[in-house]
Amino acid sequence: MAIRLAGDFDISYAHDMAIIRNRGQWVMTIAFIVTLFALPFFLDAHTLGILNLIGISIIAVHGLNILLGYTGQISLGQAAFMAVGAYTAAALVKAGVSFWLALPMAGLVAGLVGILFGLPSLRIKGFYLAMATLAAQMIIPWFFRNVRTDIFGGMPGLTMQPPRLGEIIFNSQATMYFPIMLTVVVCTIAAKNIARTRLGRALLAIRDNDLAAEVLGIEQFSHKLRAFFLSAFYAGLAGALWAMYARSINPEQFSLLSSVWYLGMVIVGGMGSALGPILGTIFLRGLEEITTQLAPVLSKMFPQLEAGLLAALGPMAFGVALMLFLVFEPRGLSHRWEILKAAWRLRPFAH
Amino acid sequence: MNWDLFPQFLATGLLTGGIYSLIALGLVLIYKASRVFNFAQGHLLMIGAFVAWWFTDALGWNVWLAFGAAIVFAALLGLLIERVALRALIGQPILATVMMTLGLAQFLQGGTIVAFGASQRSLPELFALRAIILGDIRLKQNLVFAFAISMLGFLLFVLFFRYTRWGLAMRAAAEDHQLAQSVGLRVPRIFGMAWAIASVVATVGGVLLASISGVELNLSIIALKAFPAVLFGGLESIPGAIVGGLTVGVIESLVGGLPADAALRALHLGDIAPYVFLLIVLWFRPDGLFGLKRIERI
Repeated sequence: MAIRLAGDFDISYAHDMAIIRNRGQWVMTIAFIVTLFALPFFLDAHTLGILNLIGISIIAVHGLNILLGYTGQISLGQAAFMAVGAYTAAALVKAGVSFWLALPMAGLVAGLVGILFGLPSLRIKGFYLAMATLAAQMIIPWFFRNVRTDIFGGMPGLTMQPPRLGEIIFNSQATMYFPIMLTVVVCTIAAKNIARTRLGRALLAIRDNDLAAEVLGIEQFSHKLRAFFLSAFYAGLAGALWAMYARSINPEQFSLLSSVWYLGMVIVGGMGSALGPILGTIFLRGLEEITTQLAPVLSKMFPQLEAGLLAALGPMAFGVALMLFLVFEPRGLSHRWEILKAAWRLRPFAH
Repeated sequence: MNWDLFPQFLATGLLTGGIYSLIALGLVLIYKASRVFNFAQGHLLMIGAFVAWWFTDALGWNVWLAFGAAIVFAALLGLLIERVALRALIGQPILATVMMTLGLAQFLQGGTIVAFGASQRSLPELFALRAIILGDIRLKQNLVFAFAISMLGFLLFVLFFRYTRWGLAMRAAAEDHQLAQSVGLRVPRIFGMAWAIASVVATVGGVLLASISGVELNLSIIALKAFPAVLFGGLESIPGAIVGGLTVGVIESLVGGLPADAALRALHLGDIAPYVFLLIVLWFRPDGLFGLKRIERI
């Protein structure tokens, strides 16, 4: 249990369960939300574009965290489930459905596909299940590339009309920022609370010891499928928002590589906490942005290196960061943050 | 269905399967020794090809000499990877090692581009390009030789494991780490050995492939096709790696080539056949043909 401030007592059951416990935290939360939604009025389009991308990734990583961090199942297919969401949204919008209806539909369809590829968890677990999700990662983009090219557009993919709400057209980074960040906030609150429900505790029990969980009466299979559904649902939402963000989608955008990046974000942020995906995504997307900025400078300094340097720095930085975290801080940034918080509350004492 | 082309596709599939078997062998070696599944195997293969190219291009060496030098380099690289990246994770859960090899794969990808550039290169030919014609079947000569070299490699490894001291030590360590350690084997050193051998095997596969299709970054992707092969053969089984590799090669070639219907061909079924096969294997026989059955006791 986290260390509390002096005088912070539980005076009712509601208070005992509250996430936001005192006035100071309320003030900070509200200030944070207000700042978050005021940012588009102060920042330029480039920065907002990065924030939007971070937001979309956070949603997908939250989903992966439910599967990996809470339930302990490795998934190499998060990007593929994003593809399902993105294609569902784009195809529905093309058929005349409003984007705001297509968004939850995208999550739902992706969730169902997630259940489909989670079915092998009836028979296998651990590394073998990771292989089943790898198959999903290969099969789903193939499906959108080759099957029903009249609906899914084949190799070139689909373009999506920017969504509208009354007079507002969501076609600039500043306007897209609002639906994306709103979804991020809702998804974060949901992810935080899923872990505190009966379902979340059951998932944690399966992660810690699946046999013991089964003995305690937690049916493994149905709970794993629910975790798969939730994880893919989040990915579907992220995919639909990505379709809005990128406007044109194709199967190449949802590669195994992006799935690996999402896994890396969960690891770097810290598994099994709602804060982890946020920190991990910001860290790795930030790293990616730094390498993008750095590459032209470096290639000017070392002209003998090829233009491929840009393609090289991102993967290298990602690989090094991931390896360092696995060896030195396997519990991720969120664990570091908890230590910092405890140290701040205990100051000036060490323990 | 183009049944008259069946022998041709079968033969092509078997030959490509030989390369998959080599990659699968590397995966099995590391998994058997240290219970680590190496997602970077494809990148080791790619690096091997690039290093061989560098020796021929920058130093102007004969291609066979460069092949040998690349093998030496690969062995050192394997030892280095085990020491730096995997040694720290001994005894960690499987997720940590999976993520480590995935991160390693990305690092190697970037490192290759920095060291050798991203553009496609070509190796001098190892073998003549003339096709071998057996009745109705046309076989690319370099594929046939690549297949022969893979099979020779297998034979060497089987002999190595059976008749040498190191082979015996590696088999013992694969059986049980603690027992092996208690009779005086240095288990971490054996892990290093496994990585070195796997890296060498990958390099052999890489150079053979590169002599057919050129030296390029996409070489790493081919290892993904070896994953179904390994699971079908069984994660711990060296004969399984051969059988699995050949099976996946044949399935891919037949599914991709046999359908005569244009609409069916446009689906590129050959691309995903290995993965559908993977799902079927996982569902019906997750331990593979020759893998150890995992029995859980409380």
